[in-house]
Amino acid sequence: MPSRFFEKRLLVFFSELQSFFSLSLKALFRIFSPPFYYREFMAQLDKGGVGSLFIVCLTGLFSGMVMALQAIIQLKPFAATSYIGGMVAVTMIKELGPVLSALMVAGRVGSSITAELGTMVVTEQVDAMQVEGTDIIRRLITSRLKAMLIAMPLLAVVTDAVAISGGYLIASGYQISPLMYWKSLPQFMKFQDLIEAVAKPVFFGFLIVMIACHVGLRVSGGAEGVGVAVKRTVVIASVCILVSDFFITKLFIAFR
Amino acid sequence: MSEKSCIVMDKVSYTVGGRSILRDFDLRLEQGENRTILGVSGVGKTTILKLILGLLKPSSGAIFIDGIDISGLSEKTLTQTRKKMAIVFQGGALFDSMTVGENVGYRLLEEGELSEAEIEAIVHEKLGFVGLEKAIDLYPAELSGGMKKRAAIARSLAADPEYIFFDEPTTGLDPIGVYNIQQLMIRLQGEGKTTLVVTHDMNTAFAVSNRFSFIHEARLVFEGSREELQLSAIASVREFFTPGEESLFRYVEAEGDHETER
Repeated sequence: MPSRFFEKRLLVFFSELQSFFSLSLKALFRIFSPPFYYREFMAQLDKGGVGSLFIVCLTGLFSGMVMALQAIIQLKPFAATSYIGGMVAVTMIKELGPVLSALMVAGRVGSSITAELGTMVVTEQVDAMQVEGTDIIRRLITSRLKAMLIAMPLLAVVTDAVAISGGYLIASGYQISPLMYWKSLPQFMKFQDLIEAVAKPVFFGFLIVMIACHVGLRVSGGAEGVGVAVKRTVVIASVCILVSDFFITKLFIAFR
Repeated sequence: MSEKSCIVMDKVSYTVGGRSILRDFDLRLEQGENRTILGVSGVGKTTILKLILGLLKPSSGAIFIDGIDISGLSEKTLTQTRKKMAIVFQGGALFDSMTVGENVGYRLLEEGELSEAEIEAIVHEKLGFVGLEKAIDLYPAELSGGMKKRAAIARSLAADPEYIFFDEPTTGLDPIGVYNIQQLMIRLQGEGKTTLVVTHDMNTAFAVSNRFSFIHEARLVFEGSREELQLSAIASVREFFTPGEESLFRYVEAEGDHETER
């Protein structure tokens, strides 16, 4: 009996995975072919990108400040506080900036995409769109995907910048020379780190949108179903971001 | 089964999660016909419309639209066939991020064959037909239930389809709203549109249709005129018209939400 149960669960898992990849490929192939739904794309860029600015700034600011604070305490006994800027920068740019901003966006934008699409499904708006001759993947998914592929790296860059500035605020409060703080940044960074800082959020943006759309379009069961789907999106997207971050980091280290 | 100008469902079965929603269902809708499909709530009436529109794929059997079997068609080819059809969903299914005018002009804008001025003229004409010209800039959330249905009818008419389907068009409306919708449907029929209505509202069914089908337990059990329907000796049909003690609190498995294949 338990083997039957696991077999069934495994089957459901692989079928979901298959439909996720199929949907992702369809959405990706539609990026460069018309119609582009420019208005929809701009609206999504505004909602997902500009709308998330405040929350990622807040996340970046406090992450940078707390990292600087901890670093000062750890490095002071070794008289190495001049490296604080570099430490904050390398940690934020390579790891925490992309991951934290992506987690925030997964909660804010991913949940809203799933709720929006899920509601459209249960109120038959998606069916109505199909009957009206719309390619729903192009209109509902690709426009969101394009917006997030552009917005996510920009948001991560903003998070990094704000975090480094937050670290500077704390460092200056502890009488660490501003010059030393800023000069230590390039000492710790390489050009490849900047590529990593952009590549990761692009991939996270892709994951967030595709998971949110995949879950949203499969909603059933009315308002409760929408609620369950939103929860699923946030959980799955967050876990996927953290897991994929490890593997992307491994990949970058392998090609270092 | 390949005659032109009609909709044919040939031994269509639809199963979801191991449960049969339709079994060997046959339907033939001639051009110009006004048919109502009757049956208790949850029996699978809406599923029939979604199958005809290609929103659901039949488990077995074939569906012909003007001689073309749509059951195996790709989404791209289906879009061409759907140009002949329109549907007024139960809740209207208006796009809530768009105004009423944008909703009505949506299909024409998507097709991209007409200029904005031409689309605007058609939108005004269709909204005039349903008496909603003044609501052109309102959002669906600002409309009453009856107005939403009328706006949905206007949207369905925008591309001048041959077949119009109505899913429970009068459910949840007050008597004036019901009368308005019935009159609109009759006017559409006067213009030669082929209509297929699914409802359990007998008043509407008799007002707008001249031929009836009745579904019971996933099967078509009756097909005929109003007189034949009223005189039918089929137990489920008789019970539908004059429910008695045996109908009380009977458990009927609803068709529920089906996962649409996309």
